[in-house]
Formats: sequence, C-alpha cells, structure tokens
Amino acid sequence: MNKQKAIFNYALRLGDNSLVLGHRLAELCSKGPILEEDLALTNMALDHIGRAQAFLGYAAQVEGKNKTADDLAYKRAERSFYNNLIMELPDKDFAATIARQLLVSSFEYFLYTELMKSKDETIAAISAKAVKEVRYHLAHSSDWTCRLGEGTAVSHEKMQNALNDLWMFTGELFEMNDADAILIKEGIAIDLNSIKQQWLEHVNGVILEATLTLPSSDFMQTGSRKGIHTEYLGHILSEMQYLQRAYPTAQW
Amino acid sequence: MEEHDNKFQSRIDAGEFVEPKDSMPDAYRNHLIRQMSQHAHSEVIGMQPEGNWISRAPSLRAKQILLAKIQDEGGHGLYLYSAAETLGISRSEMIDQLQKGKAKYSNIFNYPALTWADIGAIGWLVDGAAIVNQISLQRTSYGPYSRAMLRICKEESFHQRQGYEIMAKMMKGTKEQQEMAQDAMNRWWWPALMMFGPHDSDSPHSSDAFRWKIKREGNDELRQKFIDKTVQQSEVIGLTIPDKELKWNEQKNIYDHGEINWDEFNQVIRGNGPCNKQRMEHHIKYHEEGAWVREAAEAFKNKKAKKENLINA
Repeated sequence: MNKQKAIFNYALRLGDNSLVLGHRLAELCSKGPILEEDLALTNMALDHIGRAQAFLGYAAQVEGKNKTADDLAYKRAERSFYNNLIMELPDKDFAATIARQLLVSSFEYFLYTELMKSKDETIAAISAKAVKEVRYHLAHSSDWTCRLGEGTAVSHEKMQNALNDLWMFTGELFEMNDADAILIKEGIAIDLNSIKQQWLEHVNGVILEATLTLPSSDFMQTGSRKGIHTEYLGHILSEMQYLQRAYPTAQW
Repeated sequence: MEEHDNKFQSRIDAGEFVEPKDSMPDAYRNHLIRQMSQHAHSEVIGMQPEGNWISRAPSLRAKQILLAKIQDEGGHGLYLYSAAETLGISRSEMIDQLQKGKAKYSNIFNYPALTWADIGAIGWLVDGAAIVNQISLQRTSYGPYSRAMLRICKEESFHQRQGYEIMAKMMKGTKEQQEMAQDAMNRWWWPALMMFGPHDSDSPHSSDAFRWKIKREGNDELRQKFIDKTVQQSEVIGLTIPDKELKWNEQKNIYDHGEINWDEFNQVIRGNGPCNKQRMEHHIKYHEEGAWVREAAEAFKNKKAKKENLINA
C-alpha cells in the first residue's frame, strides 16, 4: 500500500462512518420523543452527511479516477464500505440512539481534535469543522445520558441496557491497519491507542455522573476494517442507493 | 360585554395588533387557537411525507437540502406551538386535540409521496401554495402569529426554490425522469389548489375571520394568485398543468381554470384520504413510544430542582 492508497482508505473510513451514522440519525426524523429532539437528531444527521460529503469528496479526489463523493456513496457495494459496525446498528429505542451517540461522539471528539493537527491540509480542515459539530453532539448525548440514567427506573434500565448492548462494538473504533501505519509515519493520521484512555475516562465520567455502570465485558466485535459488516448495512445501502442504481444514467 | 367587543373591534379597525396580554373576545381567542394549532400540526405532520424520502434521496446534496427543509418545518411547528401557547393553551393539549381528531392539519399531507419527483412537487406546489397564504397572514391582527409568519415566509421561499429545482433538473433529464416529474405534477396540482380551502361562499369560518382581520384575503383570491404565478413557472420547465380548462383571460388578466373536485376534498377532510390513518398512526405511535423519555426528563428536572433547593436552603 502506498501513501495515496492509504489516504484514500483512511478518508473512506471517516466518510463512511459519517455517512452511515448520518443515515441512521436521519431515519429518526418525525419519530422523536418530543419535537425539540426531532430537530436535534435531524441536525446531527445533517452534520454527519455534510462531513461524509467532505471526506468522500476528498477520497474521490485522491483516488484520481474522476469519481465524485456521490459515486462513492451510491455506487459501492457492502464489502467496500469501511464504517465501524456501531454506526449501522438499528435504533432500538431512544436510549440506544443516545448511547451510540455518546460512545461515538466521545471518540470523534478526541479523534478530530488530534486530526486538526494532521499534515494533510484537507483532513485537518475537515476535522476542524467536525470538532465544532462534535462538541455539540457530545454535550447533547451526555446531557441525555444523565437524564435517562437518573430519570426514572425505566429510563435507567433502558439506558444501562443500551450501553451494555453497544459496548462490544467499541473496540473496533480503535483498530488500526496498514493504512494507519503508513499515515502515522507521515504525520497524517494518529495512533488511535493514544486517545483510547482519554476516551474511556471521558465516557466513564459521563456514565458515573448518570448513576450508570461502565459495561465490564471485554469481548469485542470486529470486521469493518476489512469491509465485513452486520446484516444491517446491506439494507441501508439498498435503500440509500435505490435511485442511483435503478436509473444509472440519470442526474438528479 | 357588547361594549367590550365594540372597543376590541375599533382597535382592529384602526389596524392595531392584538398582543397576548390584551383583552380579547373569547371567540377571537378560540378562532386563533383553532387556526394556529392547525397550522402548527400541519408543519409537524408535513414532516412525514417528505421524511419518507430522506433515506432514498439520490445525492448527498439532495439529502442535505431535504433534511434541512424538514428540520425547518419542525422548527416552524415549534414556533407556531409557542405562538399559540400565548393564547393560554399548552402544546400537550394541542397534541391531544390532534390525536383525538378534534384539531385538524392541512389536508394536503394525506396524500402519499410516491416518487422522488413528489419531493419536487411538494416543495414547489405545496410550499408554493403555503407561501401565498402565509404572506397574506403576515398582516394578520394577532401580533405573535404575524411575527411567526414573517419569520416562516423567509424560509418557505427557499423551500419552494428547492422543489422547483428538483423538477427543473428532472425535466432536463432522461425520459423516465420527465415522466416521473409530470406524473407528480398531475397528482399534486389539484390537491395543492384545494389547500386554499372551499370557495369563499362555502367557507364556514370566514366572516368572523375577516371582521377581526385574522384573515386578510379570500380563499379564491389567494388560490388565483397561486395559479397565476405557477402557470408560467410550469411552462418554463416544460411541465403541463393537468387542467384542460386552464386559459389566459385577457380581460381579467388572470388564468381561468377548471372546477376543483370538491367531493374528493370533502372525502379527505372526513378522513378518507389515502394517508389520513397512516399519518395519525405514525404520530401517535412515536408519541407513545417517547412517553418514557418525556417522563424521565421530567423526573430528572424535578430531582435537579430539589437538589438546588436543598443547596440554597
């Protein structure tokens, strides 16, 4: 793998994470527990899809095959997607949405804060914008974790279950492959091990404040770095890509 | 009582705005609650047909624009609920009235969004019709409602442009896209005209609304404005308006048009539109599923308040 290929792979990973999580958040439109939350979740979906467009656009440019961000979003198959599995899991309930957002936004906060210093100017610029958005996403999900954790016995249990269910998907966030090795040397990517402890402390802090318990299981799912996903991704893509696939010559 | 009503009427006649703390006849207050809550419910229920296409939007740009638009609609709903609350009714009471069928929302959202072109047609025709009505309501006599309309109109004109852009793009596209666009036009044109309500001669609430200057222009007058501006827009991109009687009237300087199918209009109002049940079931389902979240938020707020009281004591 050369540097160009590594950047392509890395930008795809960041773009796919944003795209797939943006898709899941967008699905919640008109389904929020209160209108204010409908707006908040839609707003987060927008941030993620905007970020997906930026990273996939960059990936397309680096690849140099005359493709666009849309080509990469709409014309790749399941096995060529590199988003983490946690992004594609369905939203069982509001607690699951909040738990996922807490775990992911905490990760993204530390990731993009570091990537702002990337020697790749495009990655640094997209990350600088992302940090501003993620700060809000993190505050939102932390507040709700506390509300649900401390609220009622029912909400406490749902929130704890949601964290327990999602925990085995968090290990993957920190996995690295050849692309990371190449880009860390170049000062473009970061060593994900370097933010793992910060992430854990932050998440644990919120969970304790919410009177919840950090899940103790250390078994972790894996697959996404190799393009191996849950069954859910195929359904997301068949919906997302429907028009582009059904009318391949059309411009929209 | 009569003296009070006369005094109120002379304020209205002098063109003054009525503000929340002003005294006002009960009938005026109730008329506004009915109209403003219906308006708010329409914004919220309107999120459903458009939301139906977010996951299938054909480009990242189109997806973002659609999401932003639906988010705006939700924001309008929130804004209108707050404006209606100044009249002494709570949002939860209004939602309860909606779910029990005592309050209505715009009939137009009881039609299905079947293809991507429908997203264009909704933005262009439905929001286009809504703007005509809302511009007129900017001069409505109740201050909070008027100010809500001023703010909402700014965003609606962006919505209408995005809808028109979708249609224009499709009309420049493949034959299949053109057919899809024309089909959406055929299905949405008449329901869009129905949005202005019955003929003024058949409109049940109109006379009070005019006297109180809640309503400033008649249903037929507003409908005509919409038709006149839309015909040209339609011609520019090559879409045909599905009305064989549509013809420019040189003397009147307006387009003459065919009669609306009022049977269909009344059927949909009575709950027999293609999506009445679906829209309400969706609203109730997610409202009920969110009950535990609202309870948790309320319990949390109370716990916090208790803690603060202990600290302050």
